[in-house]
Amino acid sequence: MYRYDDYDRALVKARVDQFRDQTARWQAGELADEEFRPLRLQNGLYMQRHAPMLRIAVPYGMISSAQLRVLGAIAREEDKGYAHFTTRHNLQYNWIPMDRVPDVLARLAEVEMHAIQTSGNCIRNTTTDQFAGIAPDEVVDTRPLAEIIRQWSTFHPEFAFLPRKFKIAVHGAERDRAVVQVHDIGLHLYRDDKGAVLARVWVGGGLGRTPILGEVINEALPWRHLLSYMEAIIRVYNLEGRRDNPYKARIKILVKALGIEEFRRKVDAEWANLKDGPATITDAELARVSAYFTAPAYAQLPDNDAGYEARIASDKAFARWVQQNVHAHRVPGYRAVTLSLKQKGFAPGDITDVQMDAVADLADAYSFGELRSSHEQNLVLSDVELRKLPELFDQAKALKVASSTVGLLTDIICCPGGDFCDLANAKSIPIAKAIMERFDDLDYLHDIGELDLNISGCMNACGHHHVGHIGVLGVDKNDEEWYQVTIGGRQGNDTRLGKVIGPSFAAADMPDVVTKLLETYVSLREPEERFVDTVVRVGLDPFKVSVYGDKANKKKEANNG
Amino acid sequence: MAEILKNGQVHSDNWQVLHPEADADLASVTVAAGQWLVPFALWQAQSALHSRQDIGVWLSANDDLNEVAKHFNQWPLLAIDFPKFTDGRGYSMAWRLRNHHQYTGELRAIGNVLVDQLFFMLRVGFDTLALDPKVSPEIALKNLTPFPDVYQGSTDNPDPLFRRTDRAGITHGGAQ
Repeated sequence: MYRYDDYDRALVKARVDQFRDQTARWQAGELADEEFRPLRLQNGLYMQRHAPMLRIAVPYGMISSAQLRVLGAIAREEDKGYAHFTTRHNLQYNWIPMDRVPDVLARLAEVEMHAIQTSGNCIRNTTTDQFAGIAPDEVVDTRPLAEIIRQWSTFHPEFAFLPRKFKIAVHGAERDRAVVQVHDIGLHLYRDDKGAVLARVWVGGGLGRTPILGEVINEALPWRHLLSYMEAIIRVYNLEGRRDNPYKARIKILVKALGIEEFRRKVDAEWANLKDGPATITDAELARVSAYFTAPAYAQLPDNDAGYEARIASDKAFARWVQQNVHAHRVPGYRAVTLSLKQKGFAPGDITDVQMDAVADLADAYSFGELRSSHEQNLVLSDVELRKLPELFDQAKALKVASSTVGLLTDIICCPGGDFCDLANAKSIPIAKAIMERFDDLDYLHDIGELDLNISGCMNACGHHHVGHIGVLGVDKNDEEWYQVTIGGRQGNDTRLGKVIGPSFAAADMPDVVTKLLETYVSLREPEERFVDTVVRVGLDPFKVSVYGDKANKKKEANNG
Repeated sequence: MAEILKNGQVHSDNWQVLHPEADADLASVTVAAGQWLVPFALWQAQSALHSRQDIGVWLSANDDLNEVAKHFNQWPLLAIDFPKFTDGRGYSMAWRLRNHHQYTGELRAIGNVLVDQLFFMLRVGFDTLALDPKVSPEIALKNLTPFPDVYQGSTDNPDPLFRRTDRAGITHGGAQ
């Protein structure tokens, strides 16, 4: 993975010093609260319900065992013994006192980590495929360009005060695992017939209050122009994006208002002045950064193993874990393994300090000391020998990170919600916990099969509810928490937004609602058909009837009348 | 009179900023004697000002830079207003004035100009900074250069770090 050189190290250290000074000036009254606010946000520091929340960047999801141990130590010594992985690869603490934050950032800097631009109206952490570099369907490894984007966007002098936050995602495989179409800029790296790397560029995607899928602004942008082209996009947005209403300030609103043709014309006019200029990425720079992402020292192994096969045959739990949590790898004899952070009784994405230490040990023992965090809020060991899967399973199980539910109903994506977040309209974690409690029968979960259940506690959609096969959105009605349900959303190459099934529900009803949706699916599904495909085939009506009963029919009659 | 940062030092000068009432008839606003920065629209509305040597212009985000660029050589001073420090349009306007329109005269940031944005302002092409009256010039001076280097190019240096240095030759240190 990428390692800091003297430049990176000096910049991150300078940022720690700067933030320490800003905090001191704020405490001394030299910076007003509203003047300090964007400064602390650009260091990942929110004022939350109970205490500040500190969001640490995990650039494009890559994290080393040494870094994870320090994150665990910070959780233990500065927080309450746990932390939370987000849907953007990052890690959040909830209980670190304000005046400890500069020291925590200094400690992170020692292991080449930071909280730079993890919030605020600036360019955020670039996200990518958690299987970058190892996926069999990968065409271009996204990590070198993601790191080049990280450096370019860090302390960008022109783009620190955009109309609103700005998120970039990149994928380079046959299958999009980074949901690039719901980002302000989405990039799909691919090769032309001569092997040259090109980017298909989407712009104007985003979830939130007005969910919109991005539109293609450029079908074939040569990789070396990525920075200058994005500079053109963001300059047009910075100058013309709305600033009168934060709900209308994302680039998606500008692109919709202008239309993609007119927006493209403006970007092309801006880019005409930049193309082939100094921001053009050089071969030498790509080679320098790519050298950090070379393959580890893989052993020459057969792609089968007698002990592994025997364990699959004899141990149903292991076989299930392999089926759900073990993923194909481009190197024979290796697999990628998802360590599930979805345990009954815990908030999705939460991990304790003890687990962080132990998972770091697993990474050292089984995966060259490196891990990935996924946007589904799990951790991934990317390079595990097939023959060692049985012993890894046993150890992961003991750590409670082996729930064999990856991709299933209880692999819930969930924001921190009203338990922690100041923005939330409703709690989300108790809904997730109640659903995990209700659906703890593995046989049933496996029978239901692939199902993305995503929960957000407010319109900001950190839990990506719009693209869940089942999406749950917390809403506030007269100071009470209610939950609106959508179905039919999906991520991937055919990303779609879910449709609302009807009036919202009380928290206590949510497990029953999910039960009814699943019963309807089971009664209607064709062999091998996923929940979301059944929804697409039969439409919303049977699901509405199952959930709302006669009320759904009456409403329909009323609408028809 | 605002304190002005210029070439890493604090100066005072006599430029004042004229803010007409929102509903004012720009053609009839009186511009007193002395050095005044007036809105571009006001300057356009009063051709009598065009012969005055003590009149500069300040821009807001709504001004058309293509129009502005026709008059560069008529002003001793050009400024961009930051109505709120969180309104980042002025950074891209400054970049365009310097790089697209090749403005080479003095470019001043005015308005809600606070300490922690000065570095960015200097990078995109401002050369003088009129501090918000509540900002201490001493603290501002101490924070002009919070970072020892930069990754990306801008007006101050169009070359990104990877074109200025041979980073491949640098060895690793650190805790990992």
